[in-house]
Amino acid sequence: MDYHILREFADSWAAAAMLIVFIGAVVWAFRPGARGTHADTANIPFRHEDKPADPGAGRAPRPDDGATR
Amino acid sequence: MWDYIKLIALGLAAAVAAYAASQARDLPYMVNMIEAMLAAAIAFIWVLRTMGDPKPSQNEYFDSVIRAGVIATTFWGVVGFLVAVIIAFQLAFPQLNIELGNGMFNFGRMRPLHTSAVIFAFGGNALIASAFYVVQRTSAARLFGGSALGWFVFWGWQLMIVMAASSYLLGGSQGKEYAEPTWHIDVWITVVWVAYLLAFLGTIFKRKEPHIYVANWFYLSFIVTIAMLHLINNLAIPVSIFGSKSVAVMSGVQDAMTQWWYGHNAVGFFLTAGFLGMMYYFVPKQAERPVYSYKLSIVHFWALIFLYIWAGPHHLHYTALPDWASTLGMVMSVILWMPSWGGMINGLMTLSGAWDKLRTDPVIRMMVVSIGFYGMSTFEGPMMSIKAVNSLSHYTDWTIGHVHSGALGWNGMITFGTLYFLTPRLWGRSGLYSLKLVSWHFWLATIGIVLYAASMWVSGIMQGLMWREVDSQGFLVNAFADTVAAMHPMFVVRGLGGVLYLTGGIIMAYNLWATVAKQPKTTSASIAVPAE
Repeated sequence: MDYHILREFADSWAAAAMLIVFIGAVVWAFRPGARGTHADTANIPFRHEDKPADPGAGRAPRPDDGATR
Repeated sequence: MWDYIKLIALGLAAAVAAYAASQARDLPYMVNMIEAMLAAAIAFIWVLRTMGDPKPSQNEYFDSVIRAGVIATTFWGVVGFLVAVIIAFQLAFPQLNIELGNGMFNFGRMRPLHTSAVIFAFGGNALIASAFYVVQRTSAARLFGGSALGWFVFWGWQLMIVMAASSYLLGGSQGKEYAEPTWHIDVWITVVWVAYLLAFLGTIFKRKEPHIYVANWFYLSFIVTIAMLHLINNLAIPVSIFGSKSVAVMSGVQDAMTQWWYGHNAVGFFLTAGFLGMMYYFVPKQAERPVYSYKLSIVHFWALIFLYIWAGPHHLHYTALPDWASTLGMVMSVILWMPSWGGMINGLMTLSGAWDKLRTDPVIRMMVVSIGFYGMSTFEGPMMSIKAVNSLSHYTDWTIGHVHSGALGWNGMITFGTLYFLTPRLWGRSGLYSLKLVSWHFWLATIGIVLYAASMWVSGIMQGLMWREVDSQGFLVNAFADTVAAMHPMFVVRGLGGVLYLTGGIIMAYNLWATVAKQPKTTSASIAVPAE
């Protein structure tokens, strides 16, 4: 194993695939309608400060995409 | 049943360690095995005495391990800063390498003790404790794996620190920067790290929130990447299973490249991604408003992890590394400037509309300064990775100054802010003992960093220029010792900066202790968590 694996990787489709995954992740973040989800997620630190949610209950539902809060 | 298995395993571990200690080929290995034996014996007794205790309720967070983490972070922080001051003055005054220590307290052995104490003991404990705090709160679930897993991670990590520290002083080292621990300690680190990953990931799996908060993404990438880096950089074959000496699998420039791929990503993922996880939780909490832009935080995350992994070769400019590899490292390092500043802006702008808090709240001031230092050192770093700049800066004190503006400014300050945030909450106290002391800590630490960074800029650039200087005949003007003599005043200033930073750390330790010991308990029963 030597540094040529880096060279081979850079020449391969794997490097392009990584770039595409990255661009995809960014585009996904900017998809229309993500606003509601992001606003809800950004407020997670302000819930459940002292106590966990009821362990017996299921996971909270996803907020509606596109809803402006 | 499970308890009996644990008892058998711990008893076996103690016996194996005792046998290994008796067969030891060298002193560091023997001392390490005795430490391991004692740890296994103590754990055995603890498991025995707590057998059959009622299981803790899933209705409350597992905070006792985080309280222990806060204490350990504070303790190792002060120890690490103290060793730092000692070695800083050892460089200024070589007589301090005392002969009586028989080599044990020389700079060469104290330096890895300092770096490991601040990075892995202070930083590592801060990361483990804060990750456990954040992942429970943002998942609205108790830590996965019961009390045993959390305590195993905590005490396993402390055992690693003690083993590594004693090994360094007795001469055990693999000679790889920031990866000095010998092979048997590396194996133990792997075991503890997998347990850490399990506890963290398990909590995320059982979360009650529909989404995974961004801080957890940063923490998770830090845990996973460090596991990968640690395994690959420490590939080695022990000479004997009863000795600390091992031979690295890779050699020459391949080994150097692997080492700096590890070394730079230890900075990128241990000291950056992990601490960004802290920033994305504790800054919004302290400012009492959500992060400025959640979209930006997602872009920050993906850009950071896609880019950081390529930047390592900039540590090996003008070496046997091929040109294309070092150019690749340089280009990626410069691009990395962008996501870093995106993250900095996101952290700072979280305060928009609440900037007045800077005047009244020294804790938020600490966090803001830490983000400022994050921005500063992530500008300085890409600049220094440019080959032309690096030809002057490399191997000089400029590098040391850069590392410390990042480590003291960014990692230190955000950790202090986190400790000030956590202590009153974890112990159910109404507030910190003294905000005035926090202000004192803030100013001592800030002035200490300024002294440190400024003296190292002067010393490093001077050193680089002196190495380059040639006379009219083309001969080098300065011998290495000439540069050392010229740097003496800057070494003293650097040491004084360290004294200020250490004093700040001691003030913090007192303030946190007094918060627990002297502040009244809050009336709210939900915060005052009973002993588990």
